[in-house]
Amino acid sequence: MIKIEKLHKSYPIGKDSLHVLKGIDLHIKEGEFVSIMGSSGSGKSTLLNIVGLLDVHDEGNYYLNGQVIKDMNEKKAAILRNKFLGFVFQSFNLISYKTALENVALPLYYKGINRKERLEIALEYLEKVGLKDWANHLPNELSGGQKQRVAIARALVTKPKVVLADEPTGALDSTTTDSVMDLLKAINDEGMTVFVITHEEEVAEQTKRIVRLKDGVIISDELTKASKAV
Amino acid sequence: MFDLDRWREIFQSINKNKLRSILSALTVAFAILLFTLLFGIVNGLTNFFKEAFADDAQNSMFIRVWKTTKPYKGLQLGRRIQLRNTDYDYVTGEYSNKIQYQSARIYKNFTIKYKNNADAYNVRAVHPDHQFLEKTIIDEGRYLNARDLKEKSKVIVIGRLIKRDLFGEKPALMKRVNVNGISYMIIGIFSDDGGDNEERMAYIPVTTAQMLYGNNDYISQINLGYDPSLSLDAAVAFGNKLERDMRKQLNIHPDDQSALSVRNMAEANKNVGQFMFILYFIAIIVGSGTLVAGIIGISNIMIFVIKERTKEFGIRKALGAKPASIISMVVQETVLITTLAGYVGLTLATFILSSESLREVLEEYFIKDPSVSQGVVIGATIVLVLSGLIASYVPAKRAANIKPIEALNAD
Repeated sequence: MIKIEKLHKSYPIGKDSLHVLKGIDLHIKEGEFVSIMGSSGSGKSTLLNIVGLLDVHDEGNYYLNGQVIKDMNEKKAAILRNKFLGFVFQSFNLISYKTALENVALPLYYKGINRKERLEIALEYLEKVGLKDWANHLPNELSGGQKQRVAIARALVTKPKVVLADEPTGALDSTTTDSVMDLLKAINDEGMTVFVITHEEEVAEQTKRIVRLKDGVIISDELTKASKAV
Repeated sequence: MFDLDRWREIFQSINKNKLRSILSALTVAFAILLFTLLFGIVNGLTNFFKEAFADDAQNSMFIRVWKTTKPYKGLQLGRRIQLRNTDYDYVTGEYSNKIQYQSARIYKNFTIKYKNNADAYNVRAVHPDHQFLEKTIIDEGRYLNARDLKEKSKVIVIGRLIKRDLFGEKPALMKRVNVNGISYMIIGIFSDDGGDNEERMAYIPVTTAQMLYGNNDYISQINLGYDPSLSLDAAVAFGNKLERDMRKQLNIHPDDQSALSVRNMAEANKNVGQFMFILYFIAIIVGSGTLVAGIIGISNIMIFVIKERTKEFGIRKALGAKPASIISMVVQETVLITTLAGYVGLTLATFILSSESLREVLEEYFIKDPSVSQGVVIGATIVLVLSGLIASYVPAKRAANIKPIEALNAD
C-alpha cells in the first residue's frame, strides 16, 4: 500500500538547511496498523505529511497504492488525497462554522456526491463513532474526544485505503484516548490500513507494528504483542 | 455552471462571517453611492446650464449698436449708431456662406386692442428667419413669410399670453386687432420656452414696420444664425471678423466696444463647454478616486479574509479540495457581495437623487434634474465587481497553492 525507498527531506532554515529525513525505507502493506514513534524532531510528522501528500519529498521514491508519487501538482494531489487518504489531526482541524454533520460530509462534497446522499452517508458514519445525536452541533459545542471522533468519521467517510493519524490522542485525556484508539482498532479490523504517529508508548502498544524513528532514520521496526495476539 | 452546493457553501461562509461580509458590502455600496451622487450632481449642473441657454438658438449672434464713445475719422464721440437695411444687406452679401438664418429686429411698444380688452405689449418687427433664431413655436396658424414682407402686409403673430389676455378661451386666429390705431390680422399664435416675457410678445413684418412707423430703413438689431456645421472656434472667429467688419462699415473706432457689439452664442457655448469639461474632468477624477478607494477597501478586506481562512483552505485541501475549487469559492463570494452591494448603492443613490425635497433644495444651487445615465453607473459597478474579482483572485490563488501542510499550520 505504502512503499518508501531512501526518502530524504530537508527544510531550509535561513541559509542552512535542516536534514529531517535521512533515507527512510518503509513498506506498509494493506490492512496494517502501524505506529511511528519518536521524540519531537525525529522526523515522524514530516514522514506522515509526505505520506499524506501534504508535503513533498526531496529524494527517494514513494509509491502510494502502486502509483509513483513525483512532481505532484496540487490538483492531482487533491484527487489522490480524496480517493485514498483520510486524515486525523492532533488539533482536529474541523471547520468551525460547519456542524459535525457538515464537517463529516465535506470530503464527499469534493468527491462530487450530491447533498442528500452525502448527508445520509455522513450521518451513518457519525452513528458509527457514536455521535449521531450531536450531528447538528458546531465543533465548539463538542468535547475534545467528541471532536476527534467527528474527525475520524470525516476521515473514514470516503472509505479511504489509508487513515493517517498525526498524534490523534495528543490533545485528549486517557479515557478519551482509549475510546479513540478503540475506534482506530475497529477501523483496522475492518481491513483499513491505519498509520498512527505518536510519542505515547501506551498508544503505540495498541497498534500492531511499531516503527521507531530517531534523527531522521529508522532505528527499529517490530511487531507488537497486540499483533501476535490476533 | 450553476452549482447549488457551491452556492450553499458560499452563503454559509457569508452567513458565518457577517461582519466581514457587511464591511466589504458597505465599502462597495458606499463607493457606488458617492460615485452616483457625484455624477448626478454634475449632470444636474449641466442640465441647468443647458436650460438657461434654451431660449434662443444655440448658434445665434446678435449685432447691436449704441452710441460711440470714441471719436473716429473726424466724427464726434456720442454719435448714435443706426443700423439700416443696407447694413443688413451687407451682412447677407458678405457672409452668405456662413449664415444659416438672418433677421433684422425693430423694437416697438404698442397697445394692442381687441374689443374692450387692451394692453401695452412689446412688438418686434422681424424677418421670417426670426422664428428659428428665437425658437418660436407656432401653436396655431403660421409665422411671417416672405410674401408678408414683400407685400408689407398688416399681419401679426401674437404670443400665447397676449391671446389669453385679449381673447381668453375664444379663438383669435384670423381676427383683427387694433395695434396703435392700425388694424392687423392675427395669422399665428406662438409659444416660447424662454418664459412669460417671450410669450407676451408679438411679431410683425419688418417691412411693414418700416413703412408705417417713420417710413425709413432703420433697424434696431441684426440677428444671425451661423452655419451650425462651423466648429465653435470657427464660429467665434466668424463673430470676431463680423464685429471688425461692421465697425469698419459703420465708421466706428475699432476699439469702441460700447458702440457696437456682436453677441455670439458660440463664445458662450465655448465657455459653457469648457466649464462643463472641467466639471466633468473633476467629477471623473473624484469619481475614480472613490472607485479606487472602494477597490483598495475590497482588496484589503480580501487579503485579510484569505489570510484568516488559510487554515480552513488547508483543511479543505487535505480533504480533497482542488485549488480551483477554493479559488472559485472565494471569488464567487466576493463577486456576489460586490454585485449585491453595488446594486444597493446604486438604488440608494437613485432614490436620493429622485427625492423631491432634495431636488427643490438643489435647484437653488443651479442643479436641475440630477440624474445619472444607467450606463455610467453600471460601468462603475462592473469596474468594482471586476476589481473585487481580481482582488480576491490574486490572494486566493496564492492561498490555494501553498502546500497544505503550511496552510494547516497557519493561524
